[in-house]
Amino acid sequence: MSTLSLASKLSPIRKLKDGSFRLFLTFSIVATLSFILFVVYTLWNDSYFLMSSDLLTKFPSNDPDDVGFQSAIFGSIWVVGVASLLSLPIGILTALYLEEFAGKRNRLTSAIETNIQNLAGVPAVVFGMIGLAFVARGPLSWGFTVGSASVVLAMMILPVVIIVAREAIRAVPPSYRDGALALGATNWQAVYRLILPSSIPGIATGSILAVSRAMGESAPLLLLGALSFVTFNPTGLDSQFTIMPLAIFKYASDSRDEFHYIASAGSLILIVILFTLNLIAILLRDYANRKSRV
Amino acid sequence: MEVGMYDLSQTDRTGSATAEGVSLAPSAHLRRRNLVQKIAVNIMRAGTVVTVVITAGIIFSLIPPTIQLLSEIGTQIFGTSWAPLFIPPEFGLLPLITGTFVIVLIAMMVAIPFGLAAALFLSDYASYQTRRFVKPILEILAGIPTVVLGLFGLYFVNPKLVEKYWPIGESVGYSALGAGLMTGILTLPIVASVADDALSSVPRAMREAGYALGATRREVATKVVFNAGISGVVAAVILAFARAFGETTVALMVAGSYPKLSGNPGDPMQTMASFIGFAGIGDQPTDSTGYRTIFLVGALLFLITLVFNLIGNRIILRYREVYE
Repeated sequence: MSTLSLASKLSPIRKLKDGSFRLFLTFSIVATLSFILFVVYTLWNDSYFLMSSDLLTKFPSNDPDDVGFQSAIFGSIWVVGVASLLSLPIGILTALYLEEFAGKRNRLTSAIETNIQNLAGVPAVVFGMIGLAFVARGPLSWGFTVGSASVVLAMMILPVVIIVAREAIRAVPPSYRDGALALGATNWQAVYRLILPSSIPGIATGSILAVSRAMGESAPLLLLGALSFVTFNPTGLDSQFTIMPLAIFKYASDSRDEFHYIASAGSLILIVILFTLNLIAILLRDYANRKSRV
Repeated sequence: MEVGMYDLSQTDRTGSATAEGVSLAPSAHLRRRNLVQKIAVNIMRAGTVVTVVITAGIIFSLIPPTIQLLSEIGTQIFGTSWAPLFIPPEFGLLPLITGTFVIVLIAMMVAIPFGLAAALFLSDYASYQTRRFVKPILEILAGIPTVVLGLFGLYFVNPKLVEKYWPIGESVGYSALGAGLMTGILTLPIVASVADDALSSVPRAMREAGYALGATRREVATKVVFNAGISGVVAAVILAFARAFGETTVALMVAGSYPKLSGNPGDPMQTMASFIGFAGIGDQPTDSTGYRTIFLVGALLFLITLVFNLIGNRIILRYREVYE
């Protein structure tokens, strides 16, 4: 480096290092992409012969020819739906409060922020334990029901919803609020009429990602009896239930090969559901980005 | 935002200052507006209380059973055999701890190089268009449910890779190696996205200074950008570590549920998290020893991940302050 000359070309060794590093990085990305494709291919290879609407309409069974995921799909929709109804409003309101109303950073608000950050990092299975101790048994004693499971998943995704909603709210230009306040609006009017509507695409994107995380999560509900054999759809918050990930888990642990294929088919169904959710989230974000750039 | 708060008290003050018989008291409309704001703010504040309640709930659910069990078993937790649900029960935590660390270390060996490569690629090599394509891929990878990775580990990695090519020991269908690899895939997107955030926020001027000195792109990426963003890279690794630590389903499906004290990654092992899942399936009655064991292991798991998350988030906060 000491004998730097503008006219000199790169030494072959540096050029080689540069090229091979680029190759290494590209390889890593390509390998990551291929891994996803390979997983999907393997699942498909193990289950394409099973693909029919029976998988969606039939119920769990001990007979591999008569198995479907209907109760698991409805169970997942119930549990994740109720969990979203609980956590999205609370999460978005909390985010609005922290961003718009909490005032200057002080001990209290920074303690609350740290707490939320840490909650987002608590292992999922620990939320199952608090659900077991307080909701399914203990003070509430709701048993192993849709209600208990929803509360557990809601607690799990609440910190994630708060974090993504805050980011979306922070992305709204401060001039919006300043303009509203200058025209005599109260803080709440500025938030409700301007900041909230303009951050909705961002909030929606983050919320969908949080909800799809809840839909793919299996660990906390292992502790809440969701691995059971349920041959009916949930009818309410007090119903027994099973969910897609744990139905897959159950068939995967069966020693018979036929059930392994069924587990693969179930995985594909779950992946299709989650990819669709993710795709919606990504498109929404693209839309929001384009809108904000104009 | 303080302007708004100030606004509220202002209205009240003007209200009391009546002059020349014309009431300057806030109109009914204005008062209603302010009331709405007060109610709304209080409802929103209640949301933050919920998060505090959840944390308190976690701590209060973990501590009593843990203390109770610890007072029963005392120093038995330092033993080398873990079989709390058997008769007679054994409570040596060592196999769970080694099992956890073996799997987490293998996971880090996958997640760190691939995750950092992805982060460097995104921050310094990818064009805007490529970035728009690669970012969603990482998000999709992050969105693959753990149970699917567990299934892939159990049906593909264990029988077709570990059993065939791992040279040491006899394969039994479950392996810590398979679980570690799958957990690595799981945590790769975390390393990539946190590190990418850090590396992308390294000021452009530092890169350009590097190029101006005649450095190649690799030299700028590895010697300038990487070093400037190192705290973010460390945070990425710590957060991924914490995530791998708490991963339950993959370890349970791929590494099995036999808490073997072994240093051979080809062996089945049990992690702290997968023990909780395993014992939870068994539906332990409240106040039984099995029930308390779940909470003992859970308390340990919570404590360790808490420490890692605190450190990781603190580092992120610091580099954000430096560059923003």
